[in-house]
Amino acid sequence: MSNIETLIKTLVEKHGKTRNSLMPVLQGIVKEEHFLSEEAMIAVAKELDLSAADVYGTASFYTFLDTVPRGKNIIRICKTISCHMKGKDEIIEALEDVLKIKVGETTHDKKFTLLTANCLGWCHKGPVMLVNDEVFPEINQQKAVEIIEGIAKASK
Amino acid sequence: MSEYLVNLKINNIPVSVKEGTTILDAAKKLNFNVPTLCNHPDLSVAGNCRVCVVEVKGARLLAASCATPVSEGMEVLTNSEKVRTARKHVIELLLSEHNADCTKCFKNGHCELQDLASEYRIGDHVFIDLVKAKDKIADISSPSISKDDSKCIRCQRCVRTCDELQSVSALAVVKKGDHQKISTFMNKPLHEVVCTNCGQCINRCPTGALTERTYIEEVWKAINDPLKHVVVQTAPAVRIGLGEDLGYDPGERVTGKMVAALKHIGFDSVLDTDFTADLTIMEEGTELLTRLKKALVDGEKVALPMMTSCSPGWIKFQEHMFPDLLDNLSTCKSPQQMFGALAKTYYAKKKGIDPKNMVSVSIMPCTAKKFECGRPEMRDSGYQDVDYVLTTRELAMMVKQAGINFMKLEDEHYDSIMGNSTGAAVIFGATGGVMEAALRTAYEIVTGREVPFTNLNIMPLRGFEGVKEAKVMIKDVKPEWSFLEGAELSVAIAHGLHNANTLMKAVREGKANYHFIEVMGCPGGCLGGGGQPIPTSPEIRSKRAEAIYGEDEGLPLRKSHENPEVIQIYKDFLGEPLGHKSHDLLHTHYKPRIRY
Amino acid sequence: MENKILKKVDYIFQESSINEIIDVVSKTLTKSPDDIILDIIDSGLKGRGGAGFPTGLKWKFTKNEDNPVKYVICNADEGEPGTFKDREILDTVAIKVLGGMTICGYSIGAKEGYIYLRGEYNFLLPKLNKIVDDFNKQLKSKGIDFNIFLKSGSGAYICGEESALFESMEGKRGEPRNKPPYPAVSGYNSKPTVINNVETLVYVTMICKMGVERFKELGTKDSRGSKVFSVSGDTPTPGIYELELGMPLADFIEDFGDGDTKAVQVGGASGHCVPRKHLKETIIGFEGIPTGGSMMIFNSTRSMYNVLHDYLEFFNEESCGQCTPCRVGCQQLLKGIESVKKGDRKPQYLDELKKLANTMKVAAKCGLGQSVANPFNSIVDNFREEIIY
Repeated sequence: MSNIETLIKTLVEKHGKTRNSLMPVLQGIVKEEHFLSEEAMIAVAKELDLSAADVYGTASFYTFLDTVPRGKNIIRICKTISCHMKGKDEIIEALEDVLKIKVGETTHDKKFTLLTANCLGWCHKGPVMLVNDEVFPEINQQKAVEIIEGIAKASK
Repeated sequence: MSEYLVNLKINNIPVSVKEGTTILDAAKKLNFNVPTLCNHPDLSVAGNCRVCVVEVKGARLLAASCATPVSEGMEVLTNSEKVRTARKHVIELLLSEHNADCTKCFKNGHCELQDLASEYRIGDHVFIDLVKAKDKIADISSPSISKDDSKCIRCQRCVRTCDELQSVSALAVVKKGDHQKISTFMNKPLHEVVCTNCGQCINRCPTGALTERTYIEEVWKAINDPLKHVVVQTAPAVRIGLGEDLGYDPGERVTGKMVAALKHIGFDSVLDTDFTADLTIMEEGTELLTRLKKALVDGEKVALPMMTSCSPGWIKFQEHMFPDLLDNLSTCKSPQQMFGALAKTYYAKKKGIDPKNMVSVSIMPCTAKKFECGRPEMRDSGYQDVDYVLTTRELAMMVKQAGINFMKLEDEHYDSIMGNSTGAAVIFGATGGVMEAALRTAYEIVTGREVPFTNLNIMPLRGFEGVKEAKVMIKDVKPEWSFLEGAELSVAIAHGLHNANTLMKAVREGKANYHFIEVMGCPGGCLGGGGQPIPTSPEIRSKRAEAIYGEDEGLPLRKSHENPEVIQIYKDFLGEPLGHKSHDLLHTHYKPRIRY
Repeated sequence: MENKILKKVDYIFQESSINEIIDVVSKTLTKSPDDIILDIIDSGLKGRGGAGFPTGLKWKFTKNEDNPVKYVICNADEGEPGTFKDREILDTVAIKVLGGMTICGYSIGAKEGYIYLRGEYNFLLPKLNKIVDDFNKQLKSKGIDFNIFLKSGSGAYICGEESALFESMEGKRGEPRNKPPYPAVSGYNSKPTVINNVETLVYVTMICKMGVERFKELGTKDSRGSKVFSVSGDTPTPGIYELELGMPLADFIEDFGDGDTKAVQVGGASGHCVPRKHLKETIIGFEGIPTGGSMMIFNSTRSMYNVLHDYLEFFNEESCGQCTPCRVGCQQLLKGIESVKKGDRKPQYLDELKKLANTMKVAAKCGLGQSVANPFNSIVDNFREEIIY
């Protein structure tokens, strides 16, 4: 059994072998693997007796259940109105510059993926950035770059 | 549904309907037609196209009439200004995301969206064209089904069909918002996914997003090629469906006119799949009796229950979903493929035609047959046994293209050889028909007497119940079948792959102790096939079934083993059922496929 | 911040210990379920998620259903742009939410409660897991048969719509269902379900603690109690504030504006845009503009075209896509204002789009599509020039 299949077996055992478990199982895979590979979705479909298309259709509904490869750290910059007003564009520019990628792309070393997100719920403290589950409110260009560089260093 | 009556008014006319009735059905009762798109009589309620919205007095929102139950004292308006405005907006919005290049569309003239646009005289396209250029490239990877996303209106009928009726779910709704669409696992081409090619999605697609892959032009080319000898075979269910696309109401038998039309079109020989349906009974019946003998007398391990193999959608389903049960499938090819193998051998020899100059065409109620004829196993004649498969719908188009006034045609008869058949073959077109035909023959072989049912009509095998079961007591058998004396033959029938799935799970778990199972991939059997005229509904299918059983009753011969051409082919060519030649030409094998 | 005009109160965020809340729950559960429901009805409490349905009635309908399995669900899928109060509540006083859920469970006959937390707030999970564990243990020790579980969303605004939330919890795409049936009859797992907003459940605890009469003294007749507001945009004091309902918007801007306020978007992206000239006559509450609590302030430097464009982009991406008016309508509104701005279409095209928005308002399947007309029409009506030029 491959690693991913073992992971999925464990997740299914934890959450139960029913359709109701689909979300927590998919979330558990993304937590470990950063995205849902074809192999992973197929294994989930087998475990929960669903069609692969059904699993993909469900996963692709949810922004955080990526079905394309992502980096180890997923950066999401809030792009909704308040953060827009507070300068999210500049933050994105700065990060694109330092990571040498555009929004939607992943760095060559697979460490970072840069994305935008709809309202993250920090409108009073924009601009805000989510790195994986961690929130960084009230950032500016310099802070954003420092945070990312800090993560890059820590994971070396 | 409760018996409690609810009183309401629709367009100021009072009506009483049972509690739980939708506004749509209540309106129908008063002969008010409310347009629908996502709604379909075979499927669960979606309520997502919103074209059926109506005004309910006092309510802030318009109600989707297909999804809203009536309530006491409700006052409904189905055509108020508010309703008309919203309905026109909905149609205009759908058109704005629809590739409305109608004249180039296979469904031109048979499109529910086109009908609505015409009904509401949608003239100027007010809104911005949203069709994405990349969606205009149709997926034609499958030999059976073409999928054109630029024509899709996201009604999800296909997705519900694939899930609810067929338990396949090769299609799913993916993504959301402006990226939402109907797709496959990871947007793979249809031929790479679990699609069984059954075509039920096509039958329920309101537009041209899902259509059959058409081979009409190839067939015309062959017909017009003087060097080619083009034979055509027609499946049992075509003769009771074709009329619907040529001006008749559902349930009209047009066998003679169909044969006449095929001759007018220019086929060199018009033959009948029913002939090989009769032959199938001989082969499959013998196979069943052989398996039973091996199990009961020889103590050999054989796969039981045996399952029918006429329906190529069902076969591919089984290969994907239950590869562990492939040994249970009868090794008999489908009647179409038996016909194909014999056309380029037996027929060619008898007629003195070089098979390499033959083109073998079949008219089928089925889209999966288009895939089946291309399977690598189906070349036992040394050539591709069947060259082109056309649906009932495609034949209707050819009839129109040929300028034939179908309704005025005089009935004509099938050519010979391979044109003769019995009533047992005709009922192959309805769920339970293969089983009934098999029992008519097998019972008689074993006991020397006719099946003990009035007028040969084995009623317990008929009807549209999801899974049917029956038991036949075998008594006073002929000496050579003594091992069957007192045995109770237990059979089951499923139609539609959802029901097949349920039955197969029971078989896999050892909870289904049958000897013989008939499965047809489509609801109602071939009469409800993916290549049959559109629309389809339980009501239409039951009219087609009546026609099939009517056709059977009207024929002089109603038992496969009495077909003189069948007797002849065993004498002249095949030898005996399950014999060496049969094995080479009429039987096949299956391959496991991945479900994911 | 200095309190000039508005009646600011402090009930929601008052700290409470787990023991204190368990006491409130225990005491409340000595009453009969019917009595509790009557109290909640009597309090006039209306849902704080934005729609404002009377909470007590929701409970009553669900209690009346004869079914051995029922659920309480706390809707913590806060995703409305401009709204961030539920995060703060769960971050600081989650225990009160758990109290409210338990009281609801007892009242309607449910033994399980779920909190559906939006994925964007996953950072709260470690903390919440611990609080929920402790709380469940306390309930068990008191012999109260109720258990609370946490479920996470995965980034889909539409899952805040109650029936979409059930679908998501059932492992499906978050597509809103047809209504009826309503959750009280058929909700999560097709069982009778009460689904309440985070804030609403805190008020339940508060009402049970302070008594109905005290609660009724807050706010106005139509808008009982206080309300947590999420204030953002062009304001010197962005943040979260608990205010009494029923105030004129002008008073609010007096307190929170930066002196140059051009417009206020009340109720988030799906709410209404109120221009400066209408601030005086606009009341914040169920008698005026109801709100989930989002107040976004724009000053004269902001382009209302950009604001509307942002909102429409948001709806385009977050529509579930199943119904025609919303899926296609949102795209047409967005592309429509773009083409007017570019001059590809005449300014009059905006009137066609307004008609379309009005159709969406009455013909879309759920609240998302129905409410797009709110920002669209209010911004186009009040700032037409900014959209065109």
